[in-house]
Order: sequence, then C-alpha cells, then structure tokens
Amino acid sequence: MDHPTTVKILKFHAEKCNGCLECEKACSQVHFKTKDDGEKSAIRIIKTEKGYSMHVCDQRGLCLDMCPVGALTRRKNGVVWLDVNTCIGCQACVGFCPIGAMRKADVRIEPFKCISCGSCVRACPEKALELVEVKLPDVTQVVYHKLGA
Amino acid sequence: MVEGQIAIEEYKTGNTEHTWDLQKMFSAHKVLTKYSYKKGQVIKGYANRTLYVNLSTGQIAEKPVTEQMKKQFTGGRGFGLKLMWDSMKPTTRWDSPENELLITTGPLCGTTQYAGSGKSICLSVSPSTNILCDCNVGGFFGPYMKFAGFDAMEIQGKAKQDVVVVIDGEKGTVSIETAPLEEINTHLLSEQLTRMYASEDTDKSRQKVSVVSSGHAAENSYWGVLNFSFYDIRRKVPRIKQAGRGGLGTVLRDKKIKALVVKVERFDGVSNHPANPVALAKVGTKLHKEIRDLDRYQCNMRAVGTGHLVEIMDAYDLLPTENYRFGSFPKASKIYSPKFYELFTKIIPDGCWHGCTMACAKTVDGYTVMTGPYKGEKVTVDGPEYETIGACSNMSIWDPLWILEFNFYCDTYGVDTISAGTATAFYMEMYEYGILNKERCDGLELCFGNPDAALELLHRIAKGDEGEFIKVAAKGARRVKDWINRHGWGDKQLIEDAGMESKGLEFSEYVTKESLAMQGGYGLTLKGPQHDEAWLIFMDMVNNAIPTFQMKAEALHYFPMWRTWFGLNGLCKLPWNDVEPVDNAQTPEPSKVPEHVQNYVDFQNAMTGWNVTKEDLILQSERCYNWQRAMNVWLGRGQRKDDWIPFRAMGPVTEMEYVSRKERYDKSLVEKLGMPQKDVEKMITQEKIRILYEHRRNQYEKLTDAVYYRRGWTPNGIPTPQKMKQLGFSDKKMLKMLQDKIAADEKNGLNVWSGKYSKGEQSPSSEKHYWEKW
Repeated sequence: MDHPTTVKILKFHAEKCNGCLECEKACSQVHFKTKDDGEKSAIRIIKTEKGYSMHVCDQRGLCLDMCPVGALTRRKNGVVWLDVNTCIGCQACVGFCPIGAMRKADVRIEPFKCISCGSCVRACPEKALELVEVKLPDVTQVVYHKLGA
Repeated sequence: MVEGQIAIEEYKTGNTEHTWDLQKMFSAHKVLTKYSYKKGQVIKGYANRTLYVNLSTGQIAEKPVTEQMKKQFTGGRGFGLKLMWDSMKPTTRWDSPENELLITTGPLCGTTQYAGSGKSICLSVSPSTNILCDCNVGGFFGPYMKFAGFDAMEIQGKAKQDVVVVIDGEKGTVSIETAPLEEINTHLLSEQLTRMYASEDTDKSRQKVSVVSSGHAAENSYWGVLNFSFYDIRRKVPRIKQAGRGGLGTVLRDKKIKALVVKVERFDGVSNHPANPVALAKVGTKLHKEIRDLDRYQCNMRAVGTGHLVEIMDAYDLLPTENYRFGSFPKASKIYSPKFYELFTKIIPDGCWHGCTMACAKTVDGYTVMTGPYKGEKVTVDGPEYETIGACSNMSIWDPLWILEFNFYCDTYGVDTISAGTATAFYMEMYEYGILNKERCDGLELCFGNPDAALELLHRIAKGDEGEFIKVAAKGARRVKDWINRHGWGDKQLIEDAGMESKGLEFSEYVTKESLAMQGGYGLTLKGPQHDEAWLIFMDMVNNAIPTFQMKAEALHYFPMWRTWFGLNGLCKLPWNDVEPVDNAQTPEPSKVPEHVQNYVDFQNAMTGWNVTKEDLILQSERCYNWQRAMNVWLGRGQRKDDWIPFRAMGPVTEMEYVSRKERYDKSLVEKLGMPQKDVEKMITQEKIRILYEHRRNQYEKLTDAVYYRRGWTPNGIPTPQKMKQLGFSDKKMLKMLQDKIAADEKNGLNVWSGKYSKGEQSPSSEKHYWEKW
C-alpha cells in the first residue's frame, strides 16, 4: 500500500486577519450545512491581546491510534479523516487530542475535524489563510511512546 | 514492529493462522428452537425486556421490565437477582436443572463516551460455594445483547447435546442450535463462531459479533470461566475477558452450552438513547482528558494495565508469594510491569469496550506456546493482568513467559487464573511439608516454582484425567482440604489455616495479614473472598485512616455498596479510582474520589433522565446487596460461620512466616497487646504465634460484629425484615424467610455478638433484638 509522505495543513498569517470569521462560517457549511460560526467549525479564530490566533488540526494523527473502530484513517492525501458512518461517538479522539482540535458540536454525537479542504482559505477576504504542504514525519505524533518503562 | 499510526489493515500479530471449513461446521448445526422477536429501541438505557431461554424444554420467551423492577433493582446484577429469585428454589445447587445462568447489562452499559461502560454482569449458583456468584466482565456481549433488544438473558435447564444459543439482532431471532463440530477451547471456538456468524467477511462485520464460551477444563473443574469476546480489528482476533470467579463456566458447560453468540445490526454513540446525550458526552470527555493527562503519572494503565500493581504490592509486602506466606520476594523484580511492557503490543486502543481510554486490556501477540496441545502455535495472550501475575507469584513462578503460558491455557481451557493459581499454591505448600507428595499428586511434582507441574495439572484437568488427586484438585482448595483431612495426612489446623479459601472460593491476590479492614473486605462478602467489594489495605494499613472498629465498619459498609453500584449499571470500577483528579488528595474524603462520584451521578441522570443524588446511588446498591445476602441465607448460607476466613489471611501460620517478619510481629505483641518487650523476647515462636492467633481471631470477630450492625443485620449476619422494609421491599416470601431464620437463630443462641470485649470496650449494641426497633 502506498503511504502518503506529505500533507497539506493550514498556515495562518495573523497580521492579515481582521477577525471576520468568514472562515468559520465556511467550515460549518462544510461539516454541518449551516452558516454558524463557532462550535460547528473545525477552524477557530481566537482573539488575543495582540490580534488573532488560529486553532485547528495540524494532521499529526495521534488520534488515529485512539479509534476503537477504525473510523479515523489517514487518507491518500495525508489528511486524518473521520468517517462518521463508522464512528461510534466515544470521544476518545476528542479527549486525547493534545491541542483540542478534534471537535464536538452538541447537535450530533460524532466529532469532526479539519480535512484541509481549503474552504476557509477561499472564504477569507484578507488571504490570511493558506494551505501549505509539509512532510508527514515532521508532524506525526503517537500516543504514549515509550512511556511504559 | 513500528509503533503507532499503522493503518489498521496493516497490523500483523504473527499468530498462527487457521483454515477451517466453517461451512461444514455450520451445516452440521440443527436448529432446535427458533424464536422471532420484534426488534425494538433502547430507551434511556433500558431495552425494557429480558430474554428467557430454557434448554430443557426449548422454550424461548420475553419478559417485560417493569418500572417497579427498575426502582427496586436498578438493572444489571439487580435484575439478575430478581430473575433468579423468581425462578429458583432454596434447594437449588449449581448443577440443578433449574439453576440459572444470567447475563445482564444495566442502564449505563453500552455507553461509549465514558470509560469503562461495557460491562456485563453474570450470575449463577456457584459450584465452589453453592450460593450466588456474580461476575463483572468486559467484552462486547452485554452491550450488543442490549442493542439487540434485551437488558438481560436468563438461561435455565440443560441441553441434551452441545448447543449454541444465538441472538441475531439483525434478523430479530433467538435460536438454540446444536453445534457438534466446533472446538470447545475458547481461543479456537470464539474465532470459529465469530467468523461463522459475521454477516460479511470483513473485520467491521466481525466486530459486530460477540461470543461467550469456556473450555475443556471448565467441564472437569469448579474453576470454569465465561470468556466474553471482543473482536479486535487491528489484531484480527476475537480477544477475551473473563467472568472469572466462582465457576460460572462450569455451569455453562454443565448446561451443555458450547457458546452464546450475539450479533448486533448496528450501533452508534447514542444507541442507548440517553435522556441527555450532550451532558453525557461532556462528562465522558472530561474523564478522557483526565486519563490522557494523568494516567502515565498515576497507574500507567494505558501502557501496562493492572500489572503496574506488582511492584507496588511487592514494595508494601502485599504481593502473595508461596501461598501467601510472604508479601514480597527477592525474585519479584523479574515480573514487574516493565518486563511485561517489553512484551506487550503497544499503541493500540486496548479497551475491552469501545471508548474505554483507560485501556487496561493488554496483550502479547505472536506468543509461542511452550507446552500442551497447542505447543508451537503462535497465539495472542490476553493479559496478564495483576491477578494472574499474583497467582503465579503465589506459585513462586518468576518468569514472564511461564506466566503468559499459564495465562493462555487458563483462558483457552476456560479456567479462572485466580482460583487455579491460589489453589495450586496451596497444594504446593502441602507438597513442601510432605502432606502431599508425588504419589499422592498422581505423579505431579507440585513444588513451589515448578511451572511445568502447574501447567501439567491444567492439561490433565482439561483432558479429563481420572486421577484421584487431579479430580479433587480441580474442585479447589476447600475440597482438597477435606480430602487431605479424610486421609489424615497432616495437621488439620495447619491445613485449614493455610488453604486460602472462604465459602469454598479461593482468595484473590493480596496479602491481608496486616490489614484487619481488608480481612473483612475478603471475609464479610457476598460471594466469597474477592476484592471487588472493598480494597482497604492502603487506607487501613498504610495511612491508618480508619483506626476504630466503627470506622472500619463504616468503610465496609460504604465501599461494598459503592462498588456494587458498578454492577447494577454495567460499569467497570477502574475509571472510578484508578485515575484520580489532580486535586483529589485535597478533598475531604479522597478515598471516595468525590469528583468521580459526582461524575457517576451526572452519568446516570444524563442516561435515565432521573434526578438522583450520590446518596441515591448507595441506596440503589444497598437494596441489591441486602437482597443478595438474603438469597444466600435462603440457600442455607450467608451467615457468620460462612464469613470465616483462614488464619493465613490474618497472620503468620507457620514459624517460618513469623520469623521472616519477626520484628513486625513482636512489635504487634508489644504495642497491640501491651505485652512487656522483655517477656516477648524470652518467648518461643510457637507461643507468640498462639497469642497472636487468639488476638487477631478476636479482632476479626469484633470487626464482624461492627460490620453486621452497620449493615443492619443480626449478630449472625442475617438481613433483618425491618431493614428490608426500610429499603422498600415488601416481598412476603422474602420477609417471612428472614423472620423464620432469625427466630431459628434465637433458639440456637446465635443472635449474640461473637467478639470477646474487655473492660472499656463495647459491643455495637447492648440491646437485645436491637433491629426490632428500627
């Protein structure tokens, strides 16, 4: 089986962001077919003292080893993907994501995450978001590596 | 193997692969009875009906779950008790046709969001004790059975030939089918049936099947377990968890059940249809995060499972070695958890139910079997857990590979590692003293530290060996005590004191000599000496937090009730206190883990839509706990004499034990009994043992008095009708039975306290018939 070697992840140009949240609205359109920003968006823009910061999955894939039913896989393009039809809503991935990027909205039990689709990039009027290709070994992370001894 | 982020289809165990003609096996099945039921929905945690199967008559029926039943018995083990009470007689024994095998779930069972929510609770009259035995077990069977439509499954009667009982949640049918060609031993049978009944030839499909099976040794011993399967999509094998204690697998095989199979059509994160799924996900995710952040610094369950306890127990002189003579051993570091970590397959979600991130169910994959019929095969060994390692240290087996060997064969032969290990350790001690020898043991050299002999014993039990020793040894320590005594081979007192059983069941793997409360935790139990009711050693012995009898009694009230609650709901106990919030130590009652208790209050409310408090949880348990004790009374046991424990659980039986911990015991004579140091120094060891014996026996009696009083029982340990009424029971048959028993005890002079109280000490109550005023 061919394994992906790279993956596209979101890069945020904080200096360009004006906090309009068009990215979040575009994202919730992808995941929930609504235009709400906030909890239904996989990307979150957070207002900080200095401006804005982005909070989103970086495709490190630690959650892959958490899924008991194999609903989480790394796709050919390197993206970590949650198949909602297989998911049994246990929230293990949500609870274990070290950066809180696997999200859960109240409307359904299955979580959701960034799939690097680029909707937010296209929606951003200020071009503050960009998809960049990175090497997988540089981002991957596993659970509890060598901590048993 | 590279660790982590391996695509599921690329995982390899290296196990021996089997090619079976499953079609031929399946074609040989003859359907004896088929019952169709209307598929339904689980609502707020309840399927609202139970399944009744009678193997003698072929009857299959549904029974409704009433609101009254939920109110009085909550679910799970409570439902099991209610169904057994309605179906059996006081004369029912383990092999009576009317004895039932119950598999129950509970309203929270099958939740995927909160770690440890997939437990099934099994009940039956035990061959070891001839009273009710309840076992809490992981695996997928219980949750799938509920999602297929039933809160519990009740099996009565005996089949004439080997059968499988199949609940098909896809078609909505229950069938009893003959199954002549399949294997009996679990590691093969469970895989055969999983593949046979999966709707498609895919791992996802196989993951929707669960099998309950046992093995050949269950047929010939009193140690039979129920192996509950959970198919692992990465390892591609059905893995297993055991309903281990009390010989429930022996009952399964006595009923000629080869296996129970359940198949679920589909399920998701809200198949229980909780009243408030958002609240449920919130409390579950909070715990996941806690486990993520703290487990590696606390119990390290995710990496090594319960085996992390070995080094702790060894350090505190609590790891049973050489049949509980000692609590630590120079070789013990050979079996500390890092040794098993080297062998375990890593970075796999190892929960025995979906979403359990505590993930204590570790395995060794591609293990090469060293002895017996499967010698040379490569297999997955589920475990070892702490208890299995402790069972082996008790036999003085210090090689991780032999521990795996023992673990593997106990599992596939369907034998409880705890009972088999504890009993064999007792036989080994008797062998050391010459009370048993090679000839008396049918040629086995059962010395401490001889794993070959321990394994050979298992193989011969599984083969149905007719040797006199093999046959009695397979029935456990109690029967062997009686057998040795009948032959007059040794000092009767030594034999009674050294064999670690109570009520006929072998002890689990902790040394309790220095913790009176824990002695009560083993002895003052419903089913026998198992630490699932209370584990108080640290609280009592290390932290000295419960110094008085009253405090110990309070702990032996609260914790058994609290821990019973898990079994009423289909939960595992581990996520309650094997991970603790960071600030737990600063709470008023850290041993209760208050934040987690609140989690469970929120959990039950979110599922059922009730509005319960933490006090209500205890009340739910107290009802069932007392009901079960009352049923044991009904079966002719469940009273003070049955709560006896051997002296090995209380102190040094032999001179060697005393001398090995001389300083501690001498100090005990000086500090606890007020003997002058000079006198103690002059005394011979035998005399010191005798004094300690008298003292500690009396301490246990006084503890028993205090605990019975706290639980609302008579001095003979009988739940009073007044207590039962307070708990909301009005069952006339039950109340009259208890009243009659108390009246009979009165005639026999049993309604009096047993502790000898010296000046300044008081029995729990000076009032005669104190319970009549309640």
